[in-house]
This record gives sequence, structure tokens and C-alpha cells, in this order.
Amino acid sequence: MILFYKKAIQDILDNRFLNVITIITISLSILIVSALSLFFVNANDIMSSWKKGISIIAYLKPDIVETALPEIKGKIQGMYGVAEVEFISKEEAMKRLKEQMKGHSSLLADLQENPLPDAFKISLLTSSAGSKRVENLAAQIEAMPSIEEAEYGRRWLERFTNVFDLFRFTGYAMVGIFFIAVVFIVANTIRLVIYSRQNEIEIMRLVGATDRFIKTPFYIEGLIQGAIGGIIGLAALFVIFILITLNVGQVSSSDIFHIRFLSPGVLCGIMLCSIFVGWLGCYISLKQFLKYETG
Amino acid sequence: MIDGNDKSSIIRMFHVHKQYGVKKALIDINLDVFKNEFLFITGPSGAGKSTLLKLLYYGEPVSEGQILIDGMNVFRISCSRIPFLRRKFGIIFQDYKLIPTKSVFDNVALVLEAIGRKRQLIRKKVNSVLRMVGMEERSKSFPQSLSGGEQQRVAVARAIVGVPKIILADEPTGSLDSESANIIVDLLKGFHARGGTVIVATHDKELLRTTDNRIIHLKEGQQIK
Ligand SMILES: Nc1ncnc2c1ncn2[C@@H]1O[C@H](COP(=O)(O)OP(=O)(O)OP(=O)(O)O)[C@@H](O)[C@H]1O
Ligand SMILES: [Mg+2]
Repeated sequence: MILFYKKAIQDILDNRFLNVITIITISLSILIVSALSLFFVNANDIMSSWKKGISIIAYLKPDIVETALPEIKGKIQGMYGVAEVEFISKEEAMKRLKEQMKGHSSLLADLQENPLPDAFKISLLTSSAGSKRVENLAAQIEAMPSIEEAEYGRRWLERFTNVFDLFRFTGYAMVGIFFIAVVFIVANTIRLVIYSRQNEIEIMRLVGATDRFIKTPFYIEGLIQGAIGGIIGLAALFVIFILITLNVGQVSSSDIFHIRFLSPGVLCGIMLCSIFVGWLGCYISLKQFLKYETG
Repeated sequence: MIDGNDKSSIIRMFHVHKQYGVKKALIDINLDVFKNEFLFITGPSGAGKSTLLKLLYYGEPVSEGQILIDGMNVFRISCSRIPFLRRKFGIIFQDYKLIPTKSVFDNVALVLEAIGRKRQLIRKKVNSVLRMVGMEERSKSFPQSLSGGEQQRVAVARAIVGVPKIILADEPTGSLDSESANIIVDLLKGFHARGGTVIVATHDKELLRTTDNRIIHLKEGQQIK
């Protein structure tokens, strides 16, 4: 086994230029992919904190008597995906409005009668905050006889979710493309190394070396490339991350911009992916190279 | 018809044909090689001497016929068994086939590394074999810096280091002066004296004239009596 490692390292040293290029390529790809993951992890955080704030306002018909309220509330409470239901009387609504319009309260002062309806503010469970679910729930609430209208940040939410999904999709596609590109590049490097050693491999075969004996150093080489590339890529991302958070920290310390780094689990996943890429590239190359064999 | 357990035969060839595309390189070869035999195969250039040796270690697949090597059926061998077939042989190639990027020592050691021997044992064995062929002092040299005769001695060392049952030597004296040639022949005789089987393909007249071993003559792919 030590022999195999020695051979693999010798191979890497013998083909330094090729290996450096390959490792740089892997590092850059890992950097880009992990930067994307970092973006999505944080964007997801922000999304879910927004989603937590998403609520439906159900306006009651004006002729609803106060005694019917608990029953309506109970019905809404029982719907799937509802977290909390809060009654906001028209007086309460007016008070809030006035508060929001502080300084312009003269506009409201002239009102003789409170034009606002009574309403329920319905907070949703985070899990049911997708735009389709909210829409369904709103429609369901609106269908209740005592409800005049159910309102939510419809357009805005829909569009935002769509854009985010598009982003996410593009992200996946990019990760896929990078994956294929890197596998291809590793495969190519290994293939060039194989070509440069074809004579040697042929002789090894003739003196009775098994395929396993011949292939193992190449696999180790691929795995080392993947591992080093992964480490460099993630280290670079970490440096960039530190620089960004230091800068952002100076501009605003508010917790809207609470950016977090990738979790150890995700980091491990990316590392494993990187190593897997090294292995796969090797596998493809060796598979091809076996085809040239006549016996 | 073919008995792999025959006490005295280590190689049996039975109606063997070999074709390269349309070119018939060997036609209906029937040959038994006995254990501890020293056999010569000769014939003009292109007669099929190298081809015959290649069929034995599956350097080329057989087109037709049966070959049994020490109980292994070469015609029906699976890919994964080929390395084990080849370990029965020590092969000395017409063009030496040393690895130019490896030292003399590493070239010889490769055979033992491939079969998973321990490093200490490898060092001991390789050094003793290099001493036997008189190349001990050059063990750190690279093949290019050696003369043809020296390279051939390294090739012999590599062929015998794994203690094979059979040595196949393709023109072992082909491009050597008579002194170097004698060294090689003596090494092969030494291997034979220790109980090994040797097959030498050659058209070295001198070599054939001075031997009383069996000689197989090939011409245009056919065995001539
Ligand atoms: N790989 C190959 N493809 C096609 N034809 C081949 C191949 N190898 C050998 N031949 C042909 O088969 C015939 C026998 O070749 P072989 O090398 O066995 O001859 P030889 O007896 O060893 O000759 P020499 O004394 O020159 O080494 C020759 O006509 C040669 O051209
Ligand atoms: Mg020949």
C-alpha cells in the first residue's frame, strides 16, 4: 500500500504542470460551487425569515356579530398550515393605522366613522409558506360566508418565489456543469499520464502485474487531486467569506445581514464530492484505457 | 486427448494456428515441451518464432487450437487470469523492454512488487540476482546508460528474479558480440541447471551448432521435420 502511495506521488511530481493545472481547476470549481451553496444557504435563511412574517389578512363582512367571532376563529385555526389567528377589531386597526401615519394624523382626524372592517390576521406555518399553498389557503378562507375578502402579498410573494426558484435552478445547473467539466478535466489528466506511461504499463503487464496493481496508483492520484483541490477551494472561500463579513460588519451590524458560513456537514459533503470527482475522472480514464488492451 | 497432468510435459500445443488478419503466421503447430527441457526454435526471419512465444504467454490470442501451460488452458483463459499465466514465465524480449525511467534495480524489482513481496525480501532477492548477472555495481544506473549486452543481462535478471517455471528468450544473443552472448547463454544454462525449462528462439548459427539440445525448425509458419 505504501508502494502505491509512493507511485502516485511520484506520478504527480513527474507530471507537475499537468497536476497543478488540474488541481487549480478543481479548486476554482469547488470555490464557485461552494460560493453558490453559501449564497443559497443564506438566501434560504432570509427567505424563511420572511416567510415566517407572511400572513393572510381576512376582512370580515360588516354584519358579523361579535358572538360569532370565536366560531370563525376556530374554523380558521383548524385549517391546515395555519399557525396563529389574531383578531384585529376595526378600532384596533384604526389605532395601528394612526400610529403608522404619525405626523399625518390630520388626514384621519376628519373621519367621522371608522371605515375599516374587523379582520383576522392569520400567521402561517413556515412549511406552508410556498406561494401556491398561501394562495389555496387564502381562497379557502375567502370562501367562508362570513369573510368579505382575504388578502396577502400575492403578486410580490409569487414573483419573489419564482425568481428564487429560477436562481436555485440555475444554481443546480451550474453545479452540474462544473461537475461534468471537472470530471472531464481529471479524466484528461489521468489519460495523459497513462499515455506517458503506456510503455511502462505494457511492460508491467508482461511481467505479470494485475490490473489492480497497475490501476491503484492512478486512483490514488485522482483522489489526491480531488482532495487537494477541495481543500484549496474551500480555504479560498473561507478567506473570501471572512473578508466580506468584516466589510459588511463595518457597514451595518444589524441582524438582517447575519451571514453564516457553511455548516460542517455541507463542508464535508463538498469535500466528498471533490474527492469523488477525482475518483470518477480516474475511473472513466482507466475504463477507456482498458479498452485499448489486447490481452 | 490432451492430458494436462502429463508428468513430463509442461507445455502442450495442439493444432495451433495464428493469423494476423489474413496473414497466416503459424499453421498447425503441434509441440510438447518437457519439464526441464532446453529447447531451441529457429527459422528464417518472419517464420513465426516470436509469434509462437507470444502465444504461450498470451501476448497474442490463439486463433485456433489448444495450448496447455502447466495445466492452464491458454485458449480459454479469462482476462483476470492472464497475469497469473505470465507469472509462470520469465520473458527475455527481442528488444529488452526495460523501463527507461526506472533504474536497473527498480526494473528488476517490479516483478516482485507486482506479486506483492515485502520490501526487504525484494531488496535481498534483486541484489542477489543482479550479482549473479554481474550487474550489481550498475543497480542505480538507468537503461540508456548501459550497453546492449548489459541491458540484456538486466533483462535476464528480471526474467529469473521471480523464479518462474519457464524462461522464454527471443533472440537473446541477437545483437550482442560473442563475449556478451556467451554470458547470456551461460546464465540461461544456469537457470536450466537449477531445474527450469528454457525456450530460446534464435537464428544464431553458432549457438545452434554447438548445442545438442532439441531444435524446432519453423518456415513460413510451419514446423519442418
Ligand atoms: N502484430 C502483427 N500484425 C501483423 N502481422 C504480424 C504481427 N506480428 C508478426 N506478424 C507477421 O507474422 C509473421 C511472423 O512474425 P514473427 O515476428 O513471429 O517472425 P520471427 O520468426 O520472429 O521473425 P524475426 O526472426 O525477424 O524476429 C511475419 O510475417 C510478420 O510480418
Ligand atoms: Mg522475432
